[in-house]
Amino acid sequence: MKPWDQTSEHLLRELAPQVLGVVARRFREFSSAEDAVQEAMIAAFTQWPQQGIPDNPRGWLIQVSCRRMTDHVRSEITRRDRETAVAAEAESSPPTLPIEADMDPDDTLVLLFMCCHPALTPSSAIALTLRAVGGLTTAEIANAFLVPEATMAQRISRAKQTIKASGVPFRLPSPHERTERLPAVLHVLYLIFSEGYASSIGSHLLRLDLAREAIRLTRNIKALLPDNPEVAGLLALMLLTDARRAARTGPDEELIPLDKQDRTLWDRSEISEGTELLTAALSQSAVGLYQLQAAVAAVHDEAPTVEETDWPQILALYELLKQVASSPMVTLNHAIATAMVHGPARGLELLTALDRDPRIAGHYRLDAVRAHLLEKLGDHEAAIHHYRIAAARTTSMPERNYLMTQAARLASA
Amino acid sequence: MKYILLMSGTRAGVAGYHAWSKHDIDAHMAVLHRINQDLTASGEFVATQGLADPGEAKVVRGEKNGMPVTDGIFPESKEFLLGYWIVDVANAERAYAIAAQICTAPGPGGKPTNMPIEVRQFATHASKSQ
Amino acid sequence: MKYILMMNTMKAGHGVPAWPKKDLQAHIAFMMGLNKELHQRGELVSAEGLSFPDQAKLVRAGKDGRPITDGVFPESKEFLAGFWIVDVDSPERAYAIAAQISAAPGPGGAPLNMPIELRPVMSAPPQEML
Repeated sequence: MKPWDQTSEHLLRELAPQVLGVVARRFREFSSAEDAVQEAMIAAFTQWPQQGIPDNPRGWLIQVSCRRMTDHVRSEITRRDRETAVAAEAESSPPTLPIEADMDPDDTLVLLFMCCHPALTPSSAIALTLRAVGGLTTAEIANAFLVPEATMAQRISRAKQTIKASGVPFRLPSPHERTERLPAVLHVLYLIFSEGYASSIGSHLLRLDLAREAIRLTRNIKALLPDNPEVAGLLALMLLTDARRAARTGPDEELIPLDKQDRTLWDRSEISEGTELLTAALSQSAVGLYQLQAAVAAVHDEAPTVEETDWPQILALYELLKQVASSPMVTLNHAIATAMVHGPARGLELLTALDRDPRIAGHYRLDAVRAHLLEKLGDHEAAIHHYRIAAARTTSMPERNYLMTQAARLASA
Repeated sequence: MKYILLMSGTRAGVAGYHAWSKHDIDAHMAVLHRINQDLTASGEFVATQGLADPGEAKVVRGEKNGMPVTDGIFPESKEFLLGYWIVDVANAERAYAIAAQICTAPGPGGKPTNMPIEVRQFATHASKSQ
Repeated sequence: MKYILMMNTMKAGHGVPAWPKKDLQAHIAFMMGLNKELHQRGELVSAEGLSFPDQAKLVRAGKDGRPITDGVFPESKEFLAGFWIVDVDSPERAYAIAAQISAAPGPGGAPLNMPIELRPVMSAPPQEML
């Protein structure tokens, strides 16, 4: 028996998808297996801190999960038909020794593809991935997203029903399917990271670090798909972004933009790891979305001071991004980079195209960027005006406070 | 995306409600209760709250010395918040649809009250930038 | 006992307040400090801000139950800007918290003296909605 310590939670979460893989394959059923593993996890979280960690924690979890499964199966049969309860069900009783040979290193990958199935809505996929692959409890996930536990439990339950209805089997998709469906998996992981990173501003409110969870899950998938450049690109993007976390919030929890951050607070080890990953990924095939975004982050992170930022390099990357994955946000960032290289007037010109784009016209970021460029141009009155419009339009409190403060700063200058 | 759905009414409106038959009140409550259950089942429910009767409302102001000054006097026409729902939905349209459902809860004689519901998006404590 | 404390905002179309930076920062810091204090005292159940009223929608149900979202708010309407739900030992404590909020600093650092509406929150489930 090992005592419970600060690494134990992490261990438990790492074991969850492995256990789920074994149980799901043994019972040939994903949905109930996932519930059973969740129950076993909660039992472990309750018992292990007091009783210590069993010598074979994975075996323990498999055993308890299997027992739960059998209980469910038995009560299901009893509920359906008392008379013809078959003793043959006893063959699925849990083994006294865990069958480690049942484990397949690809299980985590199988689970990821399953939980990020295209039939699921993003919020369903996120919830199910965090539970089945991340090994988080429903309560933890609910807390991370600030919804009641019952609501989150329902999201997960419905997600599993959708998967059941889709008939997707518990096995690794074919290489062709994997290529097709990997983007959906990476997108879900990216969304989890974004959610976590965005919430790190008000981090005292939340117990779970979703950004770190996303990085952990992406590391796991990278270990299983070591040669995939977009996976590496995504992990690089996460690390290069997360590296700035400590610098983005001021002492009064105010938002500090990139160009004002104290770079000595950036995490150098995350930056060098991210940069290494990126370099390796870029040396391979065609350049993908995450690699390009990571490359932009790398250029920022490599600049010792904001004045030394290689904006022409960033501009070139955004020109590439516009071709690979054009979106209003990319256009917005491209306009900022243009302004930094060719002057604010040129940047502002590019924004006028967005005024006619229904996807972003009226969005607070358009006004915020416009205000920023107008300020650089020297048109303070117009800048103040747009800062205030942006402040009224944003639904983010930290952003609202930041934008109002910018307007106030200019107004009193 | 989190939205708050606000149901308001004047004191006269609330008095009118108290004059409904028990049957009509129960029918109304049953529909609201079912909406809450459906929202939990769909994974969209965050919270719902009923507030005490407007007669118990107070307005408080802080004097310079920090002492509260309370007042229970409001204009006749004042719309009081009666209750709210907080939902976590995929988009604004879904929030409006839920609000419309609440509007159709039956009133006297089973006709929908069609009380308008104000829909507002929550401000988050999060920020996506930098 | 639980109370809701409500803070109103300026009407739609007025935009964000145009205070000097120093005063703005003092106001923001005050609110954050207050929430932290209430949290540490175990009295804060929730503190939420709403997005600006420009995006508020007044929703009714059409004949087919689908939402109609072009309802117009009354001229005189006060919009909710944010609310606190506090769990306190006495009404007096709730009034004291409301007074604190009311006295939040504004332009020139002077207390805003905002009217904060206060009401008990129903502790029972939605049966008590109206």
